[in-house]
Amino acid sequence: MAVSIAAQMVTRRVDAPAAEDLALEMRGVNIYYGDFRAVADVTLPIARHEITALIGPSGCGKSTVLRAFNRMNDLIPTARLDGQVLYHGHNIYAPDVDAVEVRRRIGMVFQKPNPFPKSIRDNVAWGARINGYKGSLDELVEASLRQAALWDEVKDKLGDSGLSLSGGQQQRLCIARTIAVRPEIILMDEPCSALDPIATLKIEELMQQLKSLYTIVIVTHNMQQAARASDFTAFFNMGEARYGYLVEYGPTNDLFTNPKDPRTEDYITGRFG
Amino acid sequence: MITREHYDHDLRRLVSDVLSLGEVVGSAVQESVRQFRREDRAGAARLVAGDARINAHRLRVESEAVTLIATQQPVARDMRLLAAILDIAGELERVGDYAKGIAKITLAADGMARPPEILALMDAMCARSIEMLDDVLDAFADGDARLARSIIPRDDAVDALYKQVFAAVLKLPSGDPQAIEHANYVLCVAHNLERTADRCTNVAERVIFAATGERPAFEAVS
Repeated sequence: MAVSIAAQMVTRRVDAPAAEDLALEMRGVNIYYGDFRAVADVTLPIARHEITALIGPSGCGKSTVLRAFNRMNDLIPTARLDGQVLYHGHNIYAPDVDAVEVRRRIGMVFQKPNPFPKSIRDNVAWGARINGYKGSLDELVEASLRQAALWDEVKDKLGDSGLSLSGGQQQRLCIARTIAVRPEIILMDEPCSALDPIATLKIEELMQQLKSLYTIVIVTHNMQQAARASDFTAFFNMGEARYGYLVEYGPTNDLFTNPKDPRTEDYITGRFG
Repeated sequence: MITREHYDHDLRRLVSDVLSLGEVVGSAVQESVRQFRREDRAGAARLVAGDARINAHRLRVESEAVTLIATQQPVARDMRLLAAILDIAGELERVGDYAKGIAKITLAADGMARPPEILALMDAMCARSIEMLDDVLDAFADGDARLARSIIPRDDAVDALYKQVFAAVLKLPSGDPQAIEHANYVLCVAHNLERTADRCTNVAERVIFAATGERPAFEAVS
């Protein structure tokens, strides 16, 4: 049993970014919900100013891993983590770390667009205002909406409700809201699952533009999206004891043309079961 | 917002890389014929060594095309273009091999007489082959099936020149012990130029396929 778990958990990591090029790094992380180990022994680098995709079958722990990057799992009472999640060399799970500040610097966009029931303008400005932003909110709102490629579509109706926008526009509004508090890293949990194909491609194009300013980590169950839109891909699978583990990580182009692990090859070629 | 902008940029860059491969092999063929005419052994040795760069260029094009196929899910015109590029890169690399072949003959044919009539025929073969190559690269760059179609019959003129070289070789003095060897060298050079034109027609067929989905060679057979 121990041997088979170890064999399952061998992670092939090739061409990992150099340490100085990392925005985040997970080292030997296990995540538990109560006594249940949901994620086992993950060591994963996140390259700065690149897009890293987490792929794998349902239940393999990729969203749990994503939420661990900004301590969102803290909001689940039974959740706990051991190991380290390093941000600028500091473990964000150290006792003296402010989780709220972590989430400001490492923002998140969720699967279902969730704009506040406020105006478009206030959706973007609210977070910055709460965080004590001292500059011009109008300029911040415009800059954030421009970065989210939404400004031209909403500049004449900033007073309209954020809920009046289409699904794709709402998601870009959520991205603008995240950007407005000046994060360094943006986590995206299946951001396009609820969107139509055109809106999906617009978000993917936006990600390419955003990565020059931010680091992006995206969970997607759409491996074709991971292939199209990411620079690095981490493939997770589910072990026999139903924990998730990292099978393979590497440059997306390499993983999708010549994966190192047969389990990766099987998954990305659609050979399941 | 324009979608797939980065993908389009990657496709354009790949097309540009194929065009540069075409220019490199075309220049190599022209230079190899000049070297043969001038008995430039040093130049020929450099050209032979430089073939490795052409091979590496081809592999780079192939690798990029495979990556785009694997990661971008191309369909329709994009898929036909990438499939055509995989073939075209191979055809162009073979043209580079023909240049190398001519250079090797220059190295081997030390001191061999170069009859003016035969050199003139070789120059004509080279000129027509390179014109075909230049035009097929333009057709590829523009997705111009009409231009590509016009290139295919031009191969007949190069074939005709090859036959003239053959006839001229038969008239060469045969008493010299090296005569057969020299005749072979001449025919090899001409053969490499004739094959260059053939490769251009193959590229033209791939350009037609990429632009229209038609496969003229298969249609002719059926």
